[in-house]
Amino acid sequence: MSAARCCGSPQALAGIFVWHLKKTGIRQVPCQFVHLCRAPDGRLITFQYFNFLRRMYVTQYNKDLSQRVKPKSDSVVSPFRESQLDQERKVIHKITPVSPVHHPPLSELREIKPAAETGDPARPPTAESKEERQWREMKLRLDDLPGILARLSKIKLTALVVSTASAGFAMAPVPFDLPCFLLASLGTGLASCAANSINQFFEVPFDSNMNRTKNRPLVRGQISPLLAVCFAASCGVPGIALLTMGVNPLTGALGAFNIFLYTCCYTPMKRMSIANTWVGAVVGAIPPVMGWTAATGSLDAGALLLGGILYSWQFPHFNALSWGLREDYSRGGYCMMSVTHPELCRRVALRHCVALIGLCTVAPILDITTWTFPIISLPLNLYISYLGFRFYRDADRSSSRKLFFCSLWHLPLLLLVMFSCKKSLLEKEEKGDALSGSHGRAVEIRLP
Amino acid sequence: MAAVGAARALRAGGCRYSRFSSSFSSGGGERAGPRFRPPAGSRRDWIGPPDKRSNLRPVIFHVPPHESPLERRLRELREETQAWNQSFWARQNTAFQREKEEFIYSRLKARGLEARDETGQPLCSSSVYVPVIGQKVTLSAEEMADFYKDFLRKNFRKHMRYNRDWYKRNFTITFLMGQVALVRALRWLRWRSTNAGNQ
Repeated sequence: MSAARCCGSPQALAGIFVWHLKKTGIRQVPCQFVHLCRAPDGRLITFQYFNFLRRMYVTQYNKDLSQRVKPKSDSVVSPFRESQLDQERKVIHKITPVSPVHHPPLSELREIKPAAETGDPARPPTAESKEERQWREMKLRLDDLPGILARLSKIKLTALVVSTASAGFAMAPVPFDLPCFLLASLGTGLASCAANSINQFFEVPFDSNMNRTKNRPLVRGQISPLLAVCFAASCGVPGIALLTMGVNPLTGALGAFNIFLYTCCYTPMKRMSIANTWVGAVVGAIPPVMGWTAATGSLDAGALLLGGILYSWQFPHFNALSWGLREDYSRGGYCMMSVTHPELCRRVALRHCVALIGLCTVAPILDITTWTFPIISLPLNLYISYLGFRFYRDADRSSSRKLFFCSLWHLPLLLLVMFSCKKSLLEKEEKGDALSGSHGRAVEIRLP
Repeated sequence: MAAVGAARALRAGGCRYSRFSSSFSSGGGERAGPRFRPPAGSRRDWIGPPDKRSNLRPVIFHVPPHESPLERRLRELREETQAWNQSFWARQNTAFQREKEEFIYSRLKARGLEARDETGQPLCSSSVYVPVIGQKVTLSAEEMADFYKDFLRKNFRKHMRYNRDWYKRNFTITFLMGQVALVRALRWLRWRSTNAGNQ
């Protein structure tokens, strides 16, 4: 029986607190992540320490010790009395050494400081001075600026967008042109930064109220709205100009359209109608199309197929993510399928998982890849479809999380497999000579 | 001119901050306002920890000694928007909590699993220990989903109005900030050129 266990938050992965047993009679196995300690009476206590989950408060109720991220807030007075709380005693505060906990088998416990101290600041009983210390001057510090701008532009999402655009470029049936590739990637990245910054600019009060987004730069006042807009303009304008003039006008137009779709359609629609998910899926599908048009200069079936694959992928990815955020969405006023039409949400996710199988089969028909691609990608797509089916059937938090995390590695892997199965140009030329007609492909128009 | 300005500033205590007490706290009036007072020499705005009810961070705006009408208009708009935002979200979050607890209680009651403590007061939380049955009873996420859907639907119109107002205010504030920044930049350039001319 372990003395320390996770508090019952559904997000808990494992207990993350490390308690250091001071008693000499206790043997410790030093290990970065796991401390195994044997109490004098022979019971084993295990802890796991994850740096990114911090539970800094320990409360005791009836000899049970549990951990939570924040102390139980008393600001919202419940109309119903919760007697359990009255008996809870706050035993240990945030990472400060405390007097021994009165727990018979373990007479002396002391917390050790986690390696990184971040997260919400502590609120000890004498709160005022602590609260005063949390006030920050709204001054832009230049050495913080790169980090702030990275968070403002959602740099990780931007990187994913650029990689899908690169995949589109790589899959295009033309000889690889490195300068064009770099320009297209840079332009797409800048356009994505601009769109993300504007999105955050619009959503400050909503982001403040959701746990996932409450540490964004504008919410925390690290940057002013004016600066955020200027940054967006200084990314967006050069980005689109680069795409239009350095690559081709079609790609530039697609980039500008995507920014417009994301900032002026998707962002406001999130609060108006569940159709925002479909619009958002189109936003995610456009970057690979942009990559393709950057390489070939034309919008043909291959581009649309790649866009279709990304479009279908968005649904299991987003619907699974949104399943765990229903409370925040409801409170914040976001119209999402997971809140208003939960059954539809799961059905659509499953539908599009299965559609991925079909789309991957179309790829060799359109001469983009060889027939090995649908064969190799079948296990991947079947697995995500299986998880989609589990999500549809079980409709619980664990199946939604599994589906979401699967979607994160499924897409890069699929694109990699697709690239490795790409039909080589030599093969296609020979085939083109042998057969008189094309496979119904659109006539390519070379743009200047 | 500069000496008069400096003297005025000194008389004013170095710098002034907007007296924000009454408009800061939202519908409940539990607090008189932010107890924090920025340090005397500071000439910038200060931002605090998230408010417990509205989750928005309060800002104390600095009033510069020679505030132009444009700057004043910007500051007042920001203060008013902040108060409006704080009040909306505090009301929204409080209503959400309250309705959630009522929902949980009514569902548990409907299931005949009403739990009471010694004084006869009903207990309620999303997980309740029922002494008679001797097990913990929780409302699953699926049951809560009915509440979330209902809450969203009931507040849809309110959110639509809020969105429209928020976008208008956000744009106006940012536009005014741009104007103020431009005016300040021009003033600084003019000062630079007159200084360079004098030398």
